[in-house]
Amino acid sequence: MNKLKCLVFAVVMLFSAGLMAQQLVVEVTQGVDSPVPVAVVPFGWSGDSALTEDVAAIVSQNLARSGFFRSMNRQNMLSFPNQEDQVFFRDWRMVNQDYLVIGSMQPLSADEVRVTFELYDVLKEQKMLTREVSAGRNNLRDAAHFISDVIFEEITGIKGAFSTRIVYVTADRGQGTNQRFRLHMADWDGERARTILESNEPILSPAWSFDGSKLAYVSFETSRPVVYIQHLATGQREQIQSFPGLNGAPAWSPDGNRLAVVLSKDGNPEIYVLDLRSRDLQRMTQNSAIDTEPFWAPDGRSLFFTSDRGGSPQIYRMDLASRAVERVTFEGSYNARGRLTQDGRFLTMVHRGSSRRFQIAVQDLKSGRVDILTNSDYDESPSIAPNGSIVMYATQEAGRGILAAVSLDGRIRFNMPVPQGDVREPAWSPFLK
Amino acid sequence: MRSVHFTKALALAAVMAIAAGCSSSGSKGDSGALTDTVGASSIGAGSTGGVTPGSWEEVQQLRNVFLFEFDRAVVRPEFLPDLEKHARFLANNPSARVRLDGHTDERGTREYNMALGERRAQAVERVLMVNGANSGQIESVSYGEERPAVVGNHEGAWSQNRRVELRYLSR
Repeated sequence: MNKLKCLVFAVVMLFSAGLMAQQLVVEVTQGVDSPVPVAVVPFGWSGDSALTEDVAAIVSQNLARSGFFRSMNRQNMLSFPNQEDQVFFRDWRMVNQDYLVIGSMQPLSADEVRVTFELYDVLKEQKMLTREVSAGRNNLRDAAHFISDVIFEEITGIKGAFSTRIVYVTADRGQGTNQRFRLHMADWDGERARTILESNEPILSPAWSFDGSKLAYVSFETSRPVVYIQHLATGQREQIQSFPGLNGAPAWSPDGNRLAVVLSKDGNPEIYVLDLRSRDLQRMTQNSAIDTEPFWAPDGRSLFFTSDRGGSPQIYRMDLASRAVERVTFEGSYNARGRLTQDGRFLTMVHRGSSRRFQIAVQDLKSGRVDILTNSDYDESPSIAPNGSIVMYATQEAGRGILAAVSLDGRIRFNMPVPQGDVREPAWSPFLK
Repeated sequence: MRSVHFTKALALAAVMAIAAGCSSSGSKGDSGALTDTVGASSIGAGSTGGVTPGSWEEVQQLRNVFLFEFDRAVVRPEFLPDLEKHARFLANNPSARVRLDGHTDERGTREYNMALGERRAQAVERVLMVNGANSGQIESVSYGEERPAVVGNHEGAWSQNRRVELRYLSR
């Protein structure tokens, strides 16, 4: 699929944010069918000292990365309107833009800013919306992501996921025991990253609760694998009961009351469900094969997991009421570590087919159709945006782990800004309040 | 004692049979690794001249890294002599304890590899136990692909990373 490289361009944007100046390379490596052209004009600013963030540039980049839009390069703009009476639709029709976003920012107080923004339909010559949002001077990225969400939803009808966050793990380069592992949280676009756990021992399998308030993950800090739950508001951590052998692959039930985990306390890796209120532990699988990597259907009525019970790792689904198990994946010799879109229709997974490479694939559970979304040799850990538009995953570049993302239709692919170390295991948050 | 020997022989036969079946069913292109299995961190069996059989000195010279084939958790036959000596030491020294860390190469998903690493550690644990070690003397932990011995995405690195490391916690 997609051997056609219609379009290769790189947009290099430099954010001079005081705290984290970072170079971001957006590389669109695939042919784009018909993304909607949108122009986001640099926002006006009536305050004295310069702002640390370019809000319009963030909005422009967000929209382009969604795969739904093509953002206009501001160097090609014929005018720079900040308010309605400065908008001349002719200027935007001439350069083939369908939509126009303008905005202006005023200081509300010493450290607060009000952003007013407007969206126009260029072809109909109509204003579609005017909105205001205020944000701290140091949190202008929040305003930019909010504006992106509003515009995205207004045009596509799909809820925007730009105000979400990701967590991921990094490991310092090195081998043996000379490594340092860190769990980080960042904006969806990798900016404003901060470390939330640090250890000399491996950290893996971070998983968000469906309300976005907690993380579960596996940490070897006691030199054994133990599943922890961390409350994000307080930083408070709790250890769930651990057993000899594997304690891994935590997965929250949609109602947040149960945690599926993998334990090998009975000699073989099996899926268990822990009730977090009663602490009741139920064994779900009984099979001499490896059963691991559980994840819940969004309706909470079935549990998917990876098993090699058929001779190679494949994804299976268990109906929780009847405990009936059916195989879900059939194409390829290796399908594992699945995740579902929130409507339960699309399954992304690590797939190994005839090419012998490990790639991210998506399977339409309705039609059974499988599409390969990525194009390198060691892609893993797919995680889907809560609106189902983008899949983030771990891949390698020049022998080093990095994060990348691809739209669910495979049209847009880009690399995330690269922190230090080997980066792996992105987990995308749900919509946050 | 008699029953121990009987199970030992049975299990050993089983291990051999599985290993034989494994190699005849065709290894997955990484069988070349078999020839360069002597890691820098260990000395192969047979180099115990001059030390008392069954002594701590001898045990320290035994191989302590055991390599595996891709996606396999079967102990290779050439590692059995050293493992038997480790087992004999454990059997003769009830206060001795070992830890087995199971590892995989980087290919495949992380939690699946956790399970695979555990299978490897369990395979080594079984060999120790059928040769007289007590289960209470052995602690097995899988690190999956999280702690590679050699960094790199080529068979040279992978073959060194598919391993179980045996470490004495006490003697």
